Amino acid sequence: MSTDAWLLLGSALWETVYMVALSGAMSFLFGIPLGVLLYSTREGNILQSPLTNQLLGAVVNAARSVPFIILMVAIIPLTRLLTGTSIGTTAAIVPLTLASIPFVARIAEGALNEVPGGLVEAAESMGATPLQIISRVLLPEALPGLIHGITLTLVTLVSYSAMAGAIGGGGLGDLGIRYGYHRFDGVIMAATVIVLIILVQLIQMAGDHLHRKFDHS
Amino acid sequence: MIELKNITKSFGEGASAVKALDDITLKVPSGAIYGVVGASGAGKSTLIRCVNLLERPSSGDVLVNGQNLVKMNDRELRQTRRDIGMIFQHFNLLSSRTVYDNIALPLELAGKSKAEIHEAIEPLLQLTGLDEKRQSYPSQLSGGQKQRVAIARALASKPAVLLCDEATSALDPKTTNAILQLLKDINKQLGITILLITHEMEVVKSICDRVAILHGGRLIEENAVEQFFIQPQTEIAREFVRSALHEKQPAELEADFHKEPREGSRPVVRISFMGHSAVEPLITQAARQFNVDISILQADMETVHGNRMGFLTAELIGDEAATQAATNYLQQHPVQVEVLGYVN
Ligand SMILES: Nc1ncnc2c1ncn2[C@@H]1O[C@H](COP(=O)(O)OP(=O)(O)OP(=O)(O)O)[C@@H](O)[C@H]1O
Ligand SMILES: [Mg+2]
Repeated sequence: MSTDAWLLLGSALWETVYMVALSGAMSFLFGIPLGVLLYSTREGNILQSPLTNQLLGAVVNAARSVPFIILMVAIIPLTRLLTGTSIGTTAAIVPLTLASIPFVARIAEGALNEVPGGLVEAAESMGATPLQIISRVLLPEALPGLIHGITLTLVTLVSYSAMAGAIGGGGLGDLGIRYGYHRFDGVIMAATVIVLIILVQLIQMAGDHLHRKFDHS
Repeated sequence: MIELKNITKSFGEGASAVKALDDITLKVPSGAIYGVVGASGAGKSTLIRCVNLLERPSSGDVLVNGQNLVKMNDRELRQTRRDIGMIFQHFNLLSSRTVYDNIALPLELAGKSKAEIHEAIEPLLQLTGLDEKRQSYPSQLSGGQKQRVAIARALASKPAVLLCDEATSALDPKTTNAILQLLKDINKQLGITILLITHEMEVVKSICDRVAILHGGRLIEENAVEQFFIQPQTEIAREFVRSALHEKQPAELEADFHKEPREGSRPVVRISFMGHSAVEPLITQAARQFNVDISILQADMETVHGNRMGFLTAELIGDEAATQAATNYLQQHPVQVEVLGYVN
């Protein structure tokens, strides 16, 4: 591969990492609290409110059923409003984040559901407030599950970001399509795929490592 | 002191409603170890969970140290719960925290400083024998050690009352004894009032001062433990006493056992006495004086609530007037005689 090709690959990798990291961070920021709400408003849980729960659940389900490619196009006005543009890596972060928030929320809800109810009860018997139960009991106990979910989300984001790249977002997916598909450059195409595989591998390894570190059960 | 007044608790509504507790009134004196026994589904867990309002009673009042929990708002209730420790059958420790940090949890929740927490926990680690395990995670502990951590955690906020929901039911007999001993020590040293529920009479026998029986959501019998063992009032209580003393049913001892006297039938009696009563000479005396044969079917010495107690099941052989006189004679002495039934 030529120096130019290496440079192309390098900047595409950077763009992918940038998109995944930022949209990942944003979706955890909003998705995890949403997951906590989904969990705690369920009937019998600490902030039970069946109506809120059903409403949130419906919104999350609706958001999850929109295919990513359609979501990306449909929210272009919002993307433009937030980033000032509708193409490019920064613009891609908006649909990527919006698509992952409900995904992260469900994963967080699932991780919280795995925490034995007895622990919440024990905390209640000690006079814990609902907020204390969430911060001192539920989230720490769900942490290993959350790390699993975060890893899964990041891996999914890598492949979604490749899709976003295909419509002008940049990144490894964009590079692979432009050179491999439109210009029949098999070498760059293969190199892109290899870099993607390594990236996903690294995310998974980091996730597994953290999971081991925080799982004491 | 814990006082439950006319507690009723129903689950569900309408036709499918289950009345788990039916008009329960009981008083646990300060400093006592009070046991509630009952079969599975009798309502024991519901009852103990009503004391700290983990379960809100459908009606009735819950008084702990004179304060009515039912009337409190959320904030007052949380404050009061700090004064009521609780331990559970399955320990309910946080797997993400070490032994030390688990014990610290209630203090953290109450907003105590690191130094205050340290000061409170050190003696608890000594008391529960967990000093060397302080940095271990619950998954590295045995069941008995886990329950010790749970006990230390429940005591951390210096509660006046400790609730134990089947605290030893997940443990083997040897570990059970060690945990019961620990509860007894805590009761003695800290003067803490303990309400425990269990389906094992052995637990009641070894540490309780008083006992109540719950059956189908109703409190059917309540007594001091010695009195309960000497003279159970209901058939269900008798069943519990028998199981704790490994006593057999009279029917298992005598094939033609029946409850009501018949023509020429002989009474089967249960004689119970405190260990110091010289019961042998007494029985010999009764037999000689009234010309009855006293045939011992079963005999057992047991420690109940720290007292040696003896329990005999015997058949009295002689004419009706004589066996009646012998029974009366025995009853004048510090032994309890109860006619269980008759054999022909
Ligand atoms: N949350 C609930 N919803 C509906 N019914 C309940 C609930 N909790 C308890 N019950 C019912 O109330 C009755 C008493 O239950 P409880 O758990 O208090 O019994 P228990 O004496 O503790 O039994 P065990 O020895 O098996 O633990 C049972 O019939 C049970 O099915
Ligand atoms: Mg129970």
